[in-house]
Amino acid sequence: MAANGFQPVTLTVNGSDYPIMVEPRRTLVDALRHDLALTGTKKVCAMGDCGACTVIVDGRAMYSCLLLAVDCAGRAITTIEGLAHGNNLSPLQEAFVASDGFQCGFCTSGQIMSLHALLQAHPHPSDEEIARAVTGNICRCGAYANIVKAGREAAEAMARQQEA
Amino acid sequence: MPAFRIKRQEGDDGVALQLIESEGDLPPWGPNEALSVVGHPYPRLEGREKVSGRAIYASDIRLPGQLYGKVLRSPYPRARITRLDVSRAEAAPGVHAVLSMLNAPPIGWYQEGQLFESTVRLVGDEVAAVAAESEEQAEDALRLIEVAYEPLPFVTTIAAALAPDAPKVHESGNIAGEPVIYERGDPEAGLRQADVVIDERYETPCALHNALEAHGGTAFWDGDQLTLWDSTQAVFVVREEVARAVGLPEHRVRVIKHHMGGGFGAKQIAWKVDVIASLLSKLAGRPVQLILDREAENLVSGNRNPTRQRVRLGARRDGTLTAIVAEIAQAAGAYRTGGEASDVSGTYQSLYRCPNVRTEQTAVYINAGPAVAFRAPGFVEGAAALEQAMDELARALEIDPVELRRRNYSEVDQPSGKPYTLPEGLRLSYDRVTEAFGWQDRPRPSSSGTKRRGTGFAAHDWVGGGGHDPGYAWIEMNADGTVEVITGTQDIGTGTRTGLAQIAAEELGLPLEQITLRLGDTGVGPYSPVSSGSATQATIGPAVRAAAVDLKRQVLDVAAALLEVSAVRLSIEDGKVLVDGDPERAVALSEVTEKIAPHMLQARGCRAPNPEDKAVRTFGAQCVEVEVDTETGTIDILRLATSHDCGRIVNPTMVDSQVIGGITQGIGFALMEERVVDDRLGIVLNANLEDYYVPTVADAPPIAHAPVDVPDLAANSTGAKGIGEPPLIPTAPAIANAVYDAIGIRIREYPLSRQRVLAALAAAGQGEARS
Repeated sequence: MAANGFQPVTLTVNGSDYPIMVEPRRTLVDALRHDLALTGTKKVCAMGDCGACTVIVDGRAMYSCLLLAVDCAGRAITTIEGLAHGNNLSPLQEAFVASDGFQCGFCTSGQIMSLHALLQAHPHPSDEEIARAVTGNICRCGAYANIVKAGREAAEAMARQQEA
Repeated sequence: MPAFRIKRQEGDDGVALQLIESEGDLPPWGPNEALSVVGHPYPRLEGREKVSGRAIYASDIRLPGQLYGKVLRSPYPRARITRLDVSRAEAAPGVHAVLSMLNAPPIGWYQEGQLFESTVRLVGDEVAAVAAESEEQAEDALRLIEVAYEPLPFVTTIAAALAPDAPKVHESGNIAGEPVIYERGDPEAGLRQADVVIDERYETPCALHNALEAHGGTAFWDGDQLTLWDSTQAVFVVREEVARAVGLPEHRVRVIKHHMGGGFGAKQIAWKVDVIASLLSKLAGRPVQLILDREAENLVSGNRNPTRQRVRLGARRDGTLTAIVAEIAQAAGAYRTGGEASDVSGTYQSLYRCPNVRTEQTAVYINAGPAVAFRAPGFVEGAAALEQAMDELARALEIDPVELRRRNYSEVDQPSGKPYTLPEGLRLSYDRVTEAFGWQDRPRPSSSGTKRRGTGFAAHDWVGGGGHDPGYAWIEMNADGTVEVITGTQDIGTGTRTGLAQIAAEELGLPLEQITLRLGDTGVGPYSPVSSGSATQATIGPAVRAAAVDLKRQVLDVAAALLEVSAVRLSIEDGKVLVDGDPERAVALSEVTEKIAPHMLQARGCRAPNPEDKAVRTFGAQCVEVEVDTETGTIDILRLATSHDCGRIVNPTMVDSQVIGGITQGIGFALMEERVVDDRLGIVLNANLEDYYVPTVADAPPIAHAPVDVPDLAANSTGAKGIGEPPLIPTAPAIANAVYDAIGIRIREYPLSRQRVLAALAAAGQGEARS
């Protein structure tokens, strides 16, 4: 550890390695937003209540405000910025637009990451499973019905892609 | 072209000029006019940015050399600061600026206070602020600030504030402003004439907005120019208030808000955080980002004022109301923000026809966070009481609750005496919601078992939704025939970009994708008012349409010269200029505009005043079915139907989203949302999202939206009114009425938490809680 309390860590985010110097107390959400300037992940409650900071770590949806950046070395992290291929949105992102699965958009990254993790693990979820996947993601605008609809339509679109 | 006349009035304060602008001679789109873009569903124009994480919010700004600010807050509900030493903080690593009463300019804030002062009046009041290289360093520096407090006695409830010998929040006492009294007819005589009188007391909680994006922004004071990327519903209001506070002329302050993570009323004014960030940036000579943490957000940045209401309703045997009397006390918090606008009395005066009405509304100071507008401020609190009282009256009279309301229908705004622009709006809401819900054939309440079902109804009116003057929009047509609409309004997440683009596309005969909206920036667009009162679409929509009409006239003049036909024979459809009776001669709009490029066609539109002789209002009604678990006190909302008059629906997708969102917040208000203060310590116990509950996906019931969708042709040239706030208003009383239907117990204190339901059951000798 350097004298000023900073220490090196390499974060693997959306397939790229980012060596950074952080204080041990820096959370993953702060490292993403400040050290990597990946501001799509939002910080809201900072205590694991709202889900706005959800990212995928080694295949699981996790609250990045409850993870320390220094603990994330070597783990595969996917953020909202990692879902689109160039200018092509993922089917889930497209479904959120088509279903109006958001209003202000501040919780949207977290909602999408929670559902992305679900669809990776369970490509054909029921509505109940979709809702359960976003139970930990608060949407203060109340777009819940459309969020579930977006999850359902994304699953259907991905199934169609598989068949094609 | 904009035209105006001026009304000059001489009063005690000197000469007042009123500028009355004209939108031009612009008949509204007719009720049966075939519209190709307006009235159709389109996804949000900014959707792609929001789902890809690329939409930039105030907290996402990253500027070279940017610092991070943090605020030290009072741990006491009332105290005098006897010593303040910031020297160790100033010397701390990474710190570039410290601001406190020791070095801040004297800036008046709230109606009663200063930006920083030696007396603090609530837990969370600002004591000092720091700007440092990182949030962590700023946090560390706060811990090095030494403050000695002399704690003072305090009050945290309405009852305590009104008690004799109560500690005074301000020297003037605990009454905030003057009580507001309204009276028409003879209310006491009306009560005497009544066959039945309902006389009950209701309480509504302090609800916290909890927009996911906290208040704050990024300020850069560079030379004599201040730029503020702010999370706000009102870029021009923030510009004016911040400019005045920091002593800059308005043209040297630019406020930008491209996206925001919710506001719900709490972001319609400038807040201390805006000024503190600006002053820290000036001190440091660097950009400063200062975003409130969740706790501060819930302590100091506004709330829905808690109320205590005594309601008396008098009615004849046939249901005719003879008197409505409401005595209302509401807690303003420790300060008046100037943005509270909580007219709890309003709905008592207007929702039902009644010749004898009296309302008395008193705001009291308490040592807690200040109240500010929260989605339909005042009407939510008022309806929570009035609409339960109406249900109680219907039960006492043995009249169907919907029928009772129909018998007291008003087509006139009684306080002003003006007829409504759409007098059938509320009646249509009654018709459609009862049909959608199946009210006539609703299931009878179950009277036994531990899971009891019941149904409830509530209606509402709302003073907002009509929009108002002034407000401006410009339109420019590019050389390729595409269009930029430029306005100083803002999209607060409601779909304003999309709705306004649809207005422009409709009038210009262009496909939606040929329109770009530029808004949310005082440096780019002309003045537009705060996005509050469900006003934005109805305020700026007509201004956009006025500009589009003017631009269309210009482009058709050019096309007339090109095609050598009279402009009156020309129209635009789907991006093509059509010649009446000669389809062969149609040309693409771009062919016309390219002929004059790089000359550019441009037009300016404004919002004219609302009609003088009519009142523009919005209305709605809801039916709900609940299941009450008498063992756990849980209220499960099985289904909900809702109907609203918002005039012409510009975009059904956006309206549906506003409706389900408003109702979801209404469910929170009804069942779970309540700031809890430890009255012995003055500390808020749930200033976070751990203990302050808001609805999650598990709480969202199936909602049937049966829109009224009748254009309000007398309201404005688009026939559209707002829908942002109304859906929330009737939700809580509809639920409370359904709970009564289910368990036969009135719960007059919101929220209807499990604890309250169990206590009510126990008090009535029912349920498991009695042991």
